[in-house]
Amino acid sequence: MKLILVKQYHLNLKKNKLKFSVTVTLKKDVLDPQGKVVQNTLLNMGIDSLQNIRQGKYFEIEIDENDDLFAKKKVDDMCKKLLVNLIIEDYKINQIK
Amino acid sequence: MRSSVIVFPGSNCDRDIAMALEKLQFKNQMVWHKETKLPKSDLIVIPGGFSYGDYLRSGAIAGKSLIINEVIKSANSGCLILGICNGFQILTETGLLKGTLLRNKNLKFINKDIYINVMNNKTNFSNKYKKNQVLKINIAHNEGNYFTDSKHLDELKKENLIVFKYCDEKGNINENSNPNGSLENIAGILNKKKNILGMMPHPERMVEEIISNKDGVNLFSSLLN
Repeated sequence: MKLILVKQYHLNLKKNKLKFSVTVTLKKDVLDPQGKVVQNTLLNMGIDSLQNIRQGKYFEIEIDENDDLFAKKKVDDMCKKLLVNLIIEDYKINQIK
Repeated sequence: MRSSVIVFPGSNCDRDIAMALEKLQFKNQMVWHKETKLPKSDLIVIPGGFSYGDYLRSGAIAGKSLIINEVIKSANSGCLILGICNGFQILTETGLLKGTLLRNKNLKFINKDIYINVMNNKTNFSNKYKKNQVLKINIAHNEGNYFTDSKHLDELKKENLIVFKYCDEKGNINENSNPNGSLENIAGILNKKKNILGMMPHPERMVEEIISNKDGVNLFSSLLN
């Protein structure tokens, strides 16, 4: 019993805080009125080489896991279940090292 | 007929809908979102408001609340569900209704009385109206711009699941009578089994002549029919 506890303790020690970023943007064919307004304002301010702006959301997620791939899968799960509306939004996950 | 109104932090049309239901002799109960059991109900209403301050997306957080699991169970066993405004947004976030509600095309919060056309009067929610009857109903939302993929839009049309469309005073459905940019002027839709209605306009605000009109009354009396 003691041995198991010690093992568990070492496993816990090994766990890292892994950090990910998630960027959520509206899909290409979905109208982004906020992005359009920001774009028009910048054009009015004289930045005339501006081509296109899409507005989105950014999340930073810290997760207590020791396996990069497993942790990324968990973040992906969070995206699919809550953070992203898959009908209208795309997302990208990046690990921050 | 027994009804339950689900209340979230930030719901603000819950008392209005309760008043409308009681006026029509529904035996109504209010149900707090942390409850894990629903009282026996023939109708569940998800009211308008700004549940959880519209954090993340309108309806996203409420769509994952404890009571919603019970609502989904009841919906699957055929209970009638009505989602109004934020309630419609919550229903799309739970997946009970397909599609989603985007930011209004003109980026403005719109609060005004508009007109809707009854496209289908053979539903549990609209059988007391005439087909193509024009109703004057209030809308008050920032994200009411209905959007869905073309496959689902085809299904909506084929199965006659579009109950209300935005129109003008004479019933004309066109771009000028579309307040928020909604796909094909859609204001309210049913699920395939036709026991769930989501709509952006507020029928519960139209039950007293003295404060508005009575165009919303027949939606509730349809449910009793």
